[in-house]
Amino acid sequence: MYPFELHRPASIADAAALLAKTGGKALAGGQSLVAAMKLRLAQPGHVVDLSGLAELKGIRREGDAVSIGAMSRHADIASSDVVKGAIPALAALAEGIGDRQVRNVGTIGGSLANNDPAADWPAAVLGLNATVHTNKRKVPADEYFRGMYETALADDEIIVSVSFPVPKKAAYAKFPNPASRFALVGVFVALSGPGVRVAVTGAASSVFRCKPLEDALARSFTAAAAKAVKVDAAGLNADLHGSPAYRAHLVSVMAARAVTSAG
Amino acid sequence: MAVTLSLTVNGKAVNATVDPRTLLVELLRNQLGLTGTHVGCDTGQCGACTVHVDGRAVKSCNLLAAQANGAVVVTIEGLAAADGTMHPMQAAFKECHGLQCGFCTTGMVMSAIDLVNRHPKASEATIREELEGNLCRCTGYHNIVKAVAQGAAAMAK
Repeated sequence: MYPFELHRPASIADAAALLAKTGGKALAGGQSLVAAMKLRLAQPGHVVDLSGLAELKGIRREGDAVSIGAMSRHADIASSDVVKGAIPALAALAEGIGDRQVRNVGTIGGSLANNDPAADWPAAVLGLNATVHTNKRKVPADEYFRGMYETALADDEIIVSVSFPVPKKAAYAKFPNPASRFALVGVFVALSGPGVRVAVTGAASSVFRCKPLEDALARSFTAAAAKAVKVDAAGLNADLHGSPAYRAHLVSVMAARAVTSAG
Repeated sequence: MAVTLSLTVNGKAVNATVDPRTLLVELLRNQLGLTGTHVGCDTGQCGACTVHVDGRAVKSCNLLAAQANGAVVVTIEGLAAADGTMHPMQAAFKECHGLQCGFCTTGMVMSAIDLVNRHPKASEATIREELEGNLCRCTGYHNIVKAVAQGAAAMAK
């Protein structure tokens, strides 16, 4: 790891000012950032530790939504009674991230700021049409994810919380890479008042909504309807784990499994 | 610029001054001499470096020492009683021979205790699932799983 200066601000305003001044990176749980810094894939000269910011913590029911503080760890979300009661699909997704030790440290805010193309949280945020609350504004899910490891966040913008509207039904189904456990394909399906949303992670350079599946499931919210959709393989990832056609097939299969588990 | 930390390690207050890039496992092994915590893959995958931070199993090779500032850290050296009596989970690993080369063992024991704290009556399937973050390249896990089940029963007494 290259040397860096560590800052430990006590307020969001101080943290944002430090990020603006130094051009550094914000540190949440660090389960991706520290690993990337060790490999010298990331080499920030300044690191701003967000762990002292109380405003980024806490999980609350707020009307028709569940608000999850950015520094909530995956394990906290998986075991939260508020989350399990309102949106059990979110708790189940959190419980399936990485392994126990990673879930004990990694955070939802860190994952969303990183926007790994195979991460699980982006599928939930886009699938549930969540709102990302930052220190500057509220960003709707459809405007937040911009591409591989790219988001709408400015360099000095910090995620404070994520607000998930409570759906009628929702579920996440992941086909994990057998070695890394990252999603080869993960599909989040949600049925709510405004309709059906289907978000896919792992299959392309960034999370995306699958319109053909949304249309099919809006007509009939059944596993058979999902399975019958032939997803276009154009633009999907090709690597040693799977071809675009294989991933396209998996998208329909995982959507069908998600619909089944949504009940 | 160095950062100063104060934390509790195995019940003792520790004050340390470290380069910010120091990993928790480096602080434990190199500065505090607690070499029971091992570095296996050094990429956050194998779990040999697992310790408890505020009661939760974490991979100490994937955490900056500074992230443990103010925390209560327990390593394998902190498990035995003052008279040297092993923790029930350590004893179970010994009795069931839940190891071969022993390299992964300390991380396995630390993960196993976190697992049993959350699932006191864990089934074999739960034990196997919960040990996902700990790799053993010798044993095929059979005796490790047996040891965790026996350790869980002993911890309940």
